Amino acid sequence: MPPVLELRGITKAFPGVLANDHIDLTLEEREIHALLGENGAGKTTLMNILYGLYTPDEGEIYVRGRKAEIHDPNDAIAQGIGMVHQHFMLVPVLTVTENVMLGVESVKNGIFLDRTSAAQRIRRISEQYGLEVDPDAYVKALPVGVQQRVEIIKLLYREADILILDEPTAVLTPQEVEELFKVVRSLVAQGKSVIFITHKLKEVMAIADRITVLRNGRVVGTTSPAETTEERLAAMMVGRKVLLEVEKGPARPAETVLKVEGLKVMDDRGNLTVRGVSFEVRAGEVLGVAGVQGNGQTELVQALTGLRPVLEGRVHILGADLTNAPPRRVLERGVAHVPEDRQRDGLVLSLPVADNLVLNTYYLPPFAQLGTLDQETILATAEQRVREFDIRTPSVMTSVSSLSGGNQQKVIVAREFSRPIRLLIASQPTRGLDVGSIEYIHRRIVEKRDEGCAVLLVSPELDEVMGLSDRIAVMYEGEIVDILPADQATKEEVGLLMAGVRRKEDVSATIA
Amino acid sequence: MSTVWERIGARGDVSARRARTYGLIFLGVGLLIFLLFARGATADQATTFVLTPSGESQALPVPDLSVPSLTVLYGFALVCVFVGGWQLARGFRRVNLALGGVAVLFVLAFLTWAARDRSMNLTGLLSSALLRSVPIALAGLSGVLCERCAVINIAIEGMMLTGAFIAALMGSVAANIWEWPSWAALLFGLASALAAGALLGLLLAVLAVRFKVDQIIAGTAINILAVGITSFLSARILAEFQYLNNPGIFPRFSIPLLSKIPIIGPVFFEQNGLVYALFVLLIVTHVMLFYTRWGLRTRAVGEHPRAADTLGINVFRTRYINVTLGGMVAGLGGAFLVLGSVGRFDELMTAGKGFIGLAAMIFGKWMPFGAFGAALIFGFADALQTKLAILEVPIASQFLLMAPYLVTMVVLAGVVGEAVPPAADGQPYEKQ
Repeated sequence: MPPVLELRGITKAFPGVLANDHIDLTLEEREIHALLGENGAGKTTLMNILYGLYTPDEGEIYVRGRKAEIHDPNDAIAQGIGMVHQHFMLVPVLTVTENVMLGVESVKNGIFLDRTSAAQRIRRISEQYGLEVDPDAYVKALPVGVQQRVEIIKLLYREADILILDEPTAVLTPQEVEELFKVVRSLVAQGKSVIFITHKLKEVMAIADRITVLRNGRVVGTTSPAETTEERLAAMMVGRKVLLEVEKGPARPAETVLKVEGLKVMDDRGNLTVRGVSFEVRAGEVLGVAGVQGNGQTELVQALTGLRPVLEGRVHILGADLTNAPPRRVLERGVAHVPEDRQRDGLVLSLPVADNLVLNTYYLPPFAQLGTLDQETILATAEQRVREFDIRTPSVMTSVSSLSGGNQQKVIVAREFSRPIRLLIASQPTRGLDVGSIEYIHRRIVEKRDEGCAVLLVSPELDEVMGLSDRIAVMYEGEIVDILPADQATKEEVGLLMAGVRRKEDVSATIA
Repeated sequence: MSTVWERIGARGDVSARRARTYGLIFLGVGLLIFLLFARGATADQATTFVLTPSGESQALPVPDLSVPSLTVLYGFALVCVFVGGWQLARGFRRVNLALGGVAVLFVLAFLTWAARDRSMNLTGLLSSALLRSVPIALAGLSGVLCERCAVINIAIEGMMLTGAFIAALMGSVAANIWEWPSWAALLFGLASALAAGALLGLLLAVLAVRFKVDQIIAGTAINILAVGITSFLSARILAEFQYLNNPGIFPRFSIPLLSKIPIIGPVFFEQNGLVYALFVLLIVTHVMLFYTRWGLRTRAVGEHPRAADTLGINVFRTRYINVTLGGMVAGLGGAFLVLGSVGRFDELMTAGKGFIGLAAMIFGKWMPFGAFGAALIFGFADALQTKLAILEVPIASQFLLMAPYLVTMVVLAGVVGEAVPPAADGQPYEKQ
């Protein structure tokens, strides 16, 4: 029997990049095939070709042994191929039923939408595959994990049997990831075949039947969890040996640097998203804030750095009351900020590397003399930083927009870490970065801690928080539900706290 | 009062603060009614509201409503104060309803005061308000059609102006040169206006969808183009040959039975065909938007075009169709100004109605009937201005003209805070 899906020699070039270079891939029936690779390795490009969003320059696609011409998503859907995109393709203001039926609407009396029969079909699909969801709920009111279920139901509603899941775990809590794995296994048991795209090694080992590793647009090799280890996979992805665990000694906490008391902050829409948060960070320790995205972490960090007004409560940094202080005063107090959205808040994309390196010090000597910029010093310093932090850029005058994500983040790290700082506030410092860059950023953060800097680390990646932190604060719906010492916290415990199980007794009861 | 102020400032919870602000506004309106109106009336004055229209009407006659001005004004002020007190103490669950009620009371108080010792034809006022709201409502509906699929149509003004010009010109040509019967000439003028609107809509769609021109700039360009061309042609052709600017108007006709209902009948069901066309369009658009495949796809394209695209929906085609339809509706609005109202084209006769229509669309939360409701408020303000000129009200007329707009602004500020446009509004769609 021919494989369900076969890609032969797929090649796709974008200006300046060969995103896919003669890629071969086969997907057997009832197989979970993991596609593993760093960001920019070409995984998403390949899947977008398969789904008809891009047209390949070369290569052929065979579905069940027959050559398939896929020019747009309609062709892919007709071939039984469905895709759950990394950023969900759901319309928030429509209901689950409307989202699922969109494009293949059932109609009664010639023109009117038949929501009832569509909702019934959705209920049947939910039961069959264990995808619990209320067809009449509005998508915007659903948690991310349920939204993902809606995405999967969308594919099943269209009777897809080749399912592509693009980085499906990026937005989920550990418990939701477990749920998802159950669903994926149930899909495969009922005859579907799945391509699972990820850069997370643990997940690949847990779920995949076979693993294909991509690097720089090429297939490095195909293997299976039984034949390989996480270390070997990491080496295949990056092309060299990589340290997966963060190496760090015990913390030596000293005086309190950041003290937050009863902080309340609103988001842009006027909802109270930080609801009375109190904690302290001491010099020489990393306090990690764990929590699913959207539980108030963004607003918390913005309030601490002076980017968002504080409604109630106090922020003390090194003894000074900096509640609602302007950002420059916060920075001058020795605070470094690595923002969660580096392209929007961390860099001026159209400016060269050199200018981005002095964005918060350009007005001080030696970069400014008598109100004018000293270009020579700025350029010379930039050259030095680029070497010191290993920023891969053609020159310091190259605009930051043309750098890779990892190198953009290194520009921010270089800028923030080269000042004398006492407090580092790092929000998702490794978001979207590859294994090699993650390793580098983590090492730098631990170095800062060991130099006596207080570190507040905010990340939705539980592994990152667990690996770097000395204490872990878990945020849920705008409150810190608990602060645990990192060496005593287990992943299950933190995961449950992230999901809103509040009291310690509940946690131990659920684990038991 | 100090406790109230403390309570406003102290709590972080926005909804609570908002609720208190509403309460204070209600109290303030009650106070205003007392200070502005009740103190200006005396105990022996009476206000008479005439409820039967002055002209010919099918409506069943209703006796005039004569009320003692001062008592009524005190009553209104008390009700507002009570509503405000209730809002502060207990809170209404549907506070917007209370806000609307207080606004209506304020307007009624204003009318009671302005017409004390005189009589005011309320039905006539409402009927004229409806007539004035029709072009605004059509402009708003045009905006709804375009923005629901995420194309901002700021060119409605220009489309209406062009529609009005074409309706006048082509209607006159058919009536006075080809000597068609008047109904055929009127329909021909109307059809030509629709076609002109559709063409301009298509032009906007090509600029916005195909060439991804900034939609505000594209719309402004069309507006300037429309002003220039219609003014030029009107000066060169319509002014020279008067018979080319005399298409006639659609006759009024009463709808059997419905027109007999007191007040409502003469206001809504004794109008001309174009007004009824608006009612039909409102219903059809609402049903189409929320109960058909086209509507679901339109809304998806307006909210998340990439999602629609991944499901095989043609984003570009959807936008072309909707913007062209929106242009047609704007053309209809222009045709109404000529064929449904004054019967001739004047330079710049739209006078900002297209833009007011956009405001009505926003106020109406991008819903057809919402836009119509908002248009009614604007139309009422407009009708009131004219009415006040006739009643000799003893306050500087400039301030009187402001009053209805002030009320409108209070209502707008209260409601628009919650209006959310389609998420992709104004953004050109790039295929990957």
